Amino acid sequence: MKRVYVNEQWCLACHLCEYYCAFANQDETDMSTALKGVPIRPNIRVEQLGDVCFAVNCRHCDEPLCVKGCLTGALSVRDGVISIDRDKCVGCCTCVVSCPYGAVTPTEDGVVQKCELCVNTRDGEPLCVKGCPNAAIVWESVVR
Amino acid sequence: MPINYIYPDYEIERDYDKCINCRVCERQCANEAHAYNERRGKMLADSSKCVNCHRCVSLCPTRALKIVRTAHTFRENANWNGQLINEIYKQCDSGGVLLSSMGNPREYPIYFDRLLLNASQVTNPSIDPLREPMETRVSLGAKPDRIERGADGRMVNNLPPRLNLSMPAMFSAMSFGSISYNAHESLARAATELGIYYNTGEGGLHEDFYRYGPNTIVQVASGRFGVHGEYLNAGAAVEIKMGQGAKPGIGGHLPGKKIVGEVSRTRMIPVGSDAISPAPHHDIYSIEDLRQLVFSLKEATAYTKPVIVKIAAVHNVAAIASGIARSGADIIAIDGYRGGTGAAPTRIRDNVGIPIELALAAVDTRLRDERIRDRVSLVAGGSIRSSADLVKAVALGADACYIGTAAVLALGCHLCRSCQEGKCNWGIATQVPELVKRLNPNVGYRRLVNLMNAWNHEIKEIMGGMGINSIESLRGNRLMLRGVGLNEKELSILGVKHAGE
Repeated sequence: MKRVYVNEQWCLACHLCEYYCAFANQDETDMSTALKGVPIRPNIRVEQLGDVCFAVNCRHCDEPLCVKGCLTGALSVRDGVISIDRDKCVGCCTCVVSCPYGAVTPTEDGVVQKCELCVNTRDGEPLCVKGCPNAAIVWESVVR
Repeated sequence: MPINYIYPDYEIERDYDKCINCRVCERQCANEAHAYNERRGKMLADSSKCVNCHRCVSLCPTRALKIVRTAHTFRENANWNGQLINEIYKQCDSGGVLLSSMGNPREYPIYFDRLLLNASQVTNPSIDPLREPMETRVSLGAKPDRIERGADGRMVNNLPPRLNLSMPAMFSAMSFGSISYNAHESLARAATELGIYYNTGEGGLHEDFYRYGPNTIVQVASGRFGVHGEYLNAGAAVEIKMGQGAKPGIGGHLPGKKIVGEVSRTRMIPVGSDAISPAPHHDIYSIEDLRQLVFSLKEATAYTKPVIVKIAAVHNVAAIASGIARSGADIIAIDGYRGGTGAAPTRIRDNVGIPIELALAAVDTRLRDERIRDRVSLVAGGSIRSSADLVKAVALGADACYIGTAAVLALGCHLCRSCQEGKCNWGIATQVPELVKRLNPNVGYRRLVNLMNAWNHEIKEIMGGMGINSIESLRGNRLMLRGVGLNEKELSILGVKHAGE
């Protein structure tokens, strides 16, 4: 299945993916209106130390620890995408601490958030990939 | 700074209603023109640092930025314009020669824009290139002037080595050093996929790119940087660079700060040393000397590769080309005064050389008159801006064209003409690792391939309209051209009739 992969060689640490992600997860269709003056909570984050930088989001692991650890069944694997059922999440944050990539984050609403590969957004495909200026983030199927 | 004489030519305009403070402009500007002001909670810009390269504009996710020409002006004067006044101020500060990049930007006539192409009507049918075969392949090199037969009466193949192109275009010489590793990789991969050639320029060939050798032209210039036996034999042809359209009569100077690790290794000079190419080749002071170098290079490559001699279009270009054709060279490349550069003295770039259209027509005419046109192929460069320019160049007598500026535009260049600063925000004319990284060759090569494929479609379309199904039948076919608004002298040099004639 297609997943978001990040090629560290081409990441420029421009952080645009974070803003496109934050925009993708809003109903508002104008980016300025959606993001102006509000702190963003993206599901993809650029990690940087010295010259090394890359974007990190949910790896949609084959054996996801977050799903295993979820007390309520809010997290599940649907067609290879680890999805979240907001009605079921009780905000216990077991997934947050069990994810080795730090890809699940708590929110002020009491439920966690994570990358769902934009399957439920209006674009239907990851906006971080579309918005990456250097093709450092790609959406591909890699045969293992 | 007590007195600042220079007001920036361009100003950064930000629509604060759209700006979301994502700071991508700040992160992506190598000139540090943008900065986030914590106290005011907004992005601010210093236009004096802006080179108008559009990196920030192109990456701004909300289109909040634009660069506008400043309304600030000197008291108007038709003779002393603002640019001249500013240049005086700059030289008063620096005491140095003014440097510029890319081609001559001044308002000299552009003859391509005064030439119109023909099309078929009624008496000769036009051709639909989508339905009928249309040939844009060309073969460059000397043509034998007689058929030779062996003792058995069979024809002997006496065809000298040639370059075979899928379309009449090649990427111009741009050295590794003046442009980045990723830019070179993009050009090499695109040339390979397209079945054309790119040119190493005078910077040697990086060892990673030897595998693109069959689509590489290796250059030998006055500094001889990176030249060795393996290098000469790595390419499909060897080019002797005698001159460059942007700076005829001038050598090259790649500043020491660009001679970093791989560039230093490839050029075979120490890290940090300036790479200075002399103005002349110190072993060439005549056509006879040139002939010696041509044959030295042929000898070094066992007569398996054509030799190109590249010259700048200057006043006496036709006579010079005639000499080169007799020197044993297989291909003559002529570079017009609009041709690009990574750095040239401004006064040279803006005032030396002649238009490629006139030079090309003059050379083609001269070689035909002297019955030596078939001894060489002609390649024209120096601002072929579109497929239409290319078709017109072929009709004026070119076998193929060198594409330089258009190729770097494909890689993201915005013609800000600041290459000499070494801080190219698009990762092209720089050796700074975090800037070089901005040009992903996977993207760059694809854009080059797209551009050339688009041009090839357009060339076929234009040829079809003229009722010509092979680019070879268009070469030097000046009846397919008509001039508009040109005087008798210009028309006679171009060998073209006026529209309506």
